[in-house]
Amino acid sequence: MSVRPASTEFPVELHEAGRVRSLSGLYLATMRMAVQTQIQYRAANYFYMFGMIAEPVIYLVVWTTIADQQGGSVQGLTAGYFAAYYIVWTLVRNMNVVFGAPYWEHRIREGELNRDLLRPVLPLHYDIAYFAGWKFVVILFWIPLAVGLSLVFEPTLDPRAFEILVFAVAIWGAYLLRTMLQESLGMLCFWTTRGAAIFDLYMTTELLLSGRLVPLPLMPDWVQDIAQFLPFQYAFFFPIESLVGDLSNAELLRGLAAQLLWILIGLAIFRLAWRHAIKRYSAVGG
Amino acid sequence: MSDATVHVAQLSKSFDVPEREAGLRASAKSLIRRRTRKVKAVDEISFDIAPGEVVGFLGPNGAGKTTTLKMLSGLLYPTGGDATVLDHVPSKRERDFLRRITLVMGNRNQLQWDLPALDSFELNRAIYRIPREDFLAMRDELIDLLEVGDLVRKPVRQLSLGERMKVEIVGSLLHRPQVLFLDEPTIGLDVTMQKRIRSFVAEYNERYGATVLLTSHYMADVEALCERVIVIHHGSILFDGRLAELASTFTAHKTIEVALENGRADLSAYGEITQRDGDVVTLRVPKAETARVTARLLAEHEVLDLNVEDPPIEDVIELVFAQERPQS
Repeated sequence: MSVRPASTEFPVELHEAGRVRSLSGLYLATMRMAVQTQIQYRAANYFYMFGMIAEPVIYLVVWTTIADQQGGSVQGLTAGYFAAYYIVWTLVRNMNVVFGAPYWEHRIREGELNRDLLRPVLPLHYDIAYFAGWKFVVILFWIPLAVGLSLVFEPTLDPRAFEILVFAVAIWGAYLLRTMLQESLGMLCFWTTRGAAIFDLYMTTELLLSGRLVPLPLMPDWVQDIAQFLPFQYAFFFPIESLVGDLSNAELLRGLAAQLLWILIGLAIFRLAWRHAIKRYSAVGG
Repeated sequence: MSDATVHVAQLSKSFDVPEREAGLRASAKSLIRRRTRKVKAVDEISFDIAPGEVVGFLGPNGAGKTTTLKMLSGLLYPTGGDATVLDHVPSKRERDFLRRITLVMGNRNQLQWDLPALDSFELNRAIYRIPREDFLAMRDELIDLLEVGDLVRKPVRQLSLGERMKVEIVGSLLHRPQVLFLDEPTIGLDVTMQKRIRSFVAEYNERYGATVLLTSHYMADVEALCERVIVIHHGSILFDGRLAELASTFTAHKTIEVALENGRADLSAYGEITQRDGDVVTLRVPKAETARVTARLLAEHEVLDLNVEDPPIEDVIELVFAQERPQS
């Protein structure tokens, strides 16, 4: 290997690109690395995907059967709607898989946070970039599964161009929103080593109020009222409904605005918690 | 602003450690009242390290070495006192500070497990915002210095511990840090690999004038690299000075190794015999007696060879660790 000696002047002033440019460089490099790593795990990714699809397929079979028994629809939602809802669900669910709160415990206990803290960049950036890169692999793997599910369940899906555009933005909004919520929740790991119960409570609440279990219009009115004031539906129901449902342009834009608002609230909570959490960090695990 | 690269004044770190007795009863009690104990990991230590200096940081397990290194690299918030590194307060974790230091911990994997190290290096380039030209030059130089040209193209999971450590070091130095905190960088490595890493650290220090604070349980590392050592025990500094002075400060004895024409002569009257290897006898004598004993040996026996030395550094360190109170 030919060697070109690096400058021996010291101290060396390394040039630094602008903040935005260098952050975008970090995001691109991390995403590239995530794609490379996840392609290495392609078999595991497919098995994971198959496992994940079992959940919506069960929901879909149940609701389709109920719809058929009730003359073709449940509260106005047809079997074709349910098929479309849960097939799009599979993509949205894959998109909103993020660096989960419980992994903060692992990160702290195994000493991985030491590595992350030595880097001159907030670990949040790395997490967002890594999982965003993974999404490109996920989408690639999802396409044949979605085609297969569509052939079996015959969804009713006829979106407008604007709806497709909003959906494309909303799935990334859902990703960022859920990232902020999970990362903020993960900060609990700096205060307690028994966050699992809280994480479970969060997941159950999310399951019920997000549209993950059933489309929100099928929930009782009071549940829908509560859900309106919480962020969960903007990570599940809204992105799905933006493509599958019949929302007006104003409703679509309001949904995106709500996503943005919750992302910013989540970011603010994370930053506040991070500032305090890092002072408590005891750098165990090496 | 301080002239020292590393300035530490009255630096302390305490941890609240939960504790309870074993058993179901104690477990039930801890539900109601959780008992904690404050452990002082580092207790008001002070020292300065000049630019370009290589300092050995010695102490037994749990002495406070790693905690100090973690405070100096911004991982831990101190409980008290002050520290500056390159005129930055480490706990503020400013980007400019983090871009100018590195902390290498033995047995820690900072590289992507399933990818060749070259890919992880690329990520470091982006993280540290190193211009491509500088990055390539530094990367190739480090690869050459550590002789890892063949290794950086293999997935990291396929490397041995020693190979991985060398590649880890390349990754940690790509941004050309001015201060290196090395925590047991040779732990678990074979002798050849230890030597290679030792000579690399020396070369890096010489080439870039980098400041190095090194902890190691291998005295060979310290003897090869550090003129100055700081000895820490129970969170307090016991000794800060030249390695050569460590023995004279802490031991009241010297070692005389003597080879006699008559190898079977009884030398027990001259001092404590610590070893006999053929005709060569090793004596332990009080420091003040050394000159007199040496003169007597030369006068009373047919001496083939004679060496007067401080005890091996491992023995001195063991002696230091056995002490409880700081000494000046």
